[in-house]
Amino acid sequence: MEILVCVKRVPDTAENEIEVNSDGTDIDRDDLVYSVNEWDNYAVEEAIQIRDNVGGNVTVVSVGDEESEEVIRREMAMGADQGVLLSDDAFNDSDGKGIASILKAEIEKGKFDLIMTGAQADDGAGQVGGMLAAMLDLPYASLVNTIEITDDKKIKVGREVEGGNIEMNEIELPCVLSIQTGINEPRYVGIRGIRKVASVEIPVHGTSDLGLASDAVGEAGANVKKVDYFIPDTGEGAEILEGSTEEIIDKLVEYLKAKGGIK
Amino acid sequence: MAQIYAYIVHKGGVADDTALELITAAKKIDPDASVSAIVTGSGADLEAVCKDVATTYNEVIKIDNAAITYPNAEIIRGILVNILPGDAVLLLPHDTFGMDLGPGLSIKLESAFVADVVDFEGLDGSNLKIVRQEFSGQVSTHMLCDIGSGAVVNIRPGAFAPDESKSASGEIVDKSSEAGDLAARRTFLETVVAEVGDVDITKSEVLVSIGRGIEDEDNIEIANDLAEALGADVSCSRPIVDSKWLEKSRQVGTSGQTVKPKVYLACGISGSFQHLGGIKGSPFMVAVNKNIKAPIFQVADVGIVEDMLEFLPELTEKINDM
Repeated sequence: MEILVCVKRVPDTAENEIEVNSDGTDIDRDDLVYSVNEWDNYAVEEAIQIRDNVGGNVTVVSVGDEESEEVIRREMAMGADQGVLLSDDAFNDSDGKGIASILKAEIEKGKFDLIMTGAQADDGAGQVGGMLAAMLDLPYASLVNTIEITDDKKIKVGREVEGGNIEMNEIELPCVLSIQTGINEPRYVGIRGIRKVASVEIPVHGTSDLGLASDAVGEAGANVKKVDYFIPDTGEGAEILEGSTEEIIDKLVEYLKAKGGIK
Repeated sequence: MAQIYAYIVHKGGVADDTALELITAAKKIDPDASVSAIVTGSGADLEAVCKDVATTYNEVIKIDNAAITYPNAEIIRGILVNILPGDAVLLLPHDTFGMDLGPGLSIKLESAFVADVVDFEGLDGSNLKIVRQEFSGQVSTHMLCDIGSGAVVNIRPGAFAPDESKSASGEIVDKSSEAGDLAARRTFLETVVAEVGDVDITKSEVLVSIGRGIEDEDNIEIANDLAEALGADVSCSRPIVDSKWLEKSRQVGTSGQTVKPKVYLACGISGSFQHLGGIKGSPFMVAVNKNIKAPIFQVADVGIVEDMLEFLPELTEKINDM
């Protein structure tokens, strides 16, 4: 099975407090810790497991600046066979459709049975997988949390739907799937793995390599544009209990008694 | 803008809550717009939903076909491409169905797409001013969406107040014959219903709920001890289940269980809307989080800015001594 996984370098929300910069044009990116988007990491793990079970090849691709190379390398250290970076200043300020167009151009250069994305990203809209499938005219399933390889023509996928239920579907190959967290346990990537792929060359493809019209991507191709960032209206918010820990506990116990929290 | 469309999600003959929210969202885009509901499905269930929705919308477009008894996004995408005008503005709920359908539909309609919208701030020419959130609600952003060639807009469930006036008497228009080709390469097989675990948290009166702040599987003992002292049950947010530290049946959220306890202690939980979407009936909510900026403090009744790993054992000790 030839598998391609789209990954993205994002600020790690578990490690960072996200704040707006002084002029509101962006989040404050100074000192942010970046990592591979959590959902994408599950997609790569799933791709590696499928390859290990049925054979094949896993390619990791990312649209981003040169620093995105580090997430490609990380996923290769995890076990992906090769990586490609799609990078060009002309890609800046692309909307979801622009990103999907860039990925489509790369994907059409190869022949893949299975294309995977993360279901969403913390700073994204969960849109690239579905757009890519429609552009490539392939069947699509989102929020996939189980994959069963039936044969080389079709697979069974479970989609996570409301209430913890799973919607089972049969889907023809080739197809595009967006992967939900929890589908597997992504493996730990150690220093040794990182070192092993440190000198592997990662090709970089830009607008001309991909045969893209410059007005199809970037700001020129975007019909959705970000204007500014701001801190959301917080409303009234919680009554923050203050004082020593002992005092806080005493106040909390009173509340819990009053509200039926202590039996 | 003359016309806005809203896709109605329904199950078992009953329209989803979002049916009443999408019309509020549409009126926020343009108070003078005519809003048509699109209801797809089959048989008596479909009829019931159409009649119900007609009390809210001026027009209900009905597509009846056995192939979409279960809402297959691939088939419904094709139908919508056939029945919608090229410049249509279509609202979908940003739920598991809308996320499946919306992005690809926008490509086929050659229109814009925006996901998980929480508010609108009017129109500026052909640009719709949209408010979204990023990074689990830590920051918001204004976006401009050019709707000149139409748009598919996914609306966050619960972000707009439901229009419960039931003041319309909409006409039901049957467009089933315009559905077109219903072939699909993705086929629905079955729904596997979530198992109820050893504890049914949907029946718990008090929940000690844990999130990423628990840091390590061994620390779950801290939550168990507090729950035991309170006569409560332990629930959790998604990352805990993804890490396989607790079973899925303990997860609170739109992709987990919907709970309605009297008291909900959210410990080390940031408060994403998916998590909060699983809490009904406005319980008394206590948030314990070391990050004062965690969005959970916006919705909790009482906030405690402490590390849960240090605070919870002290609270447990105090309760046990009482």
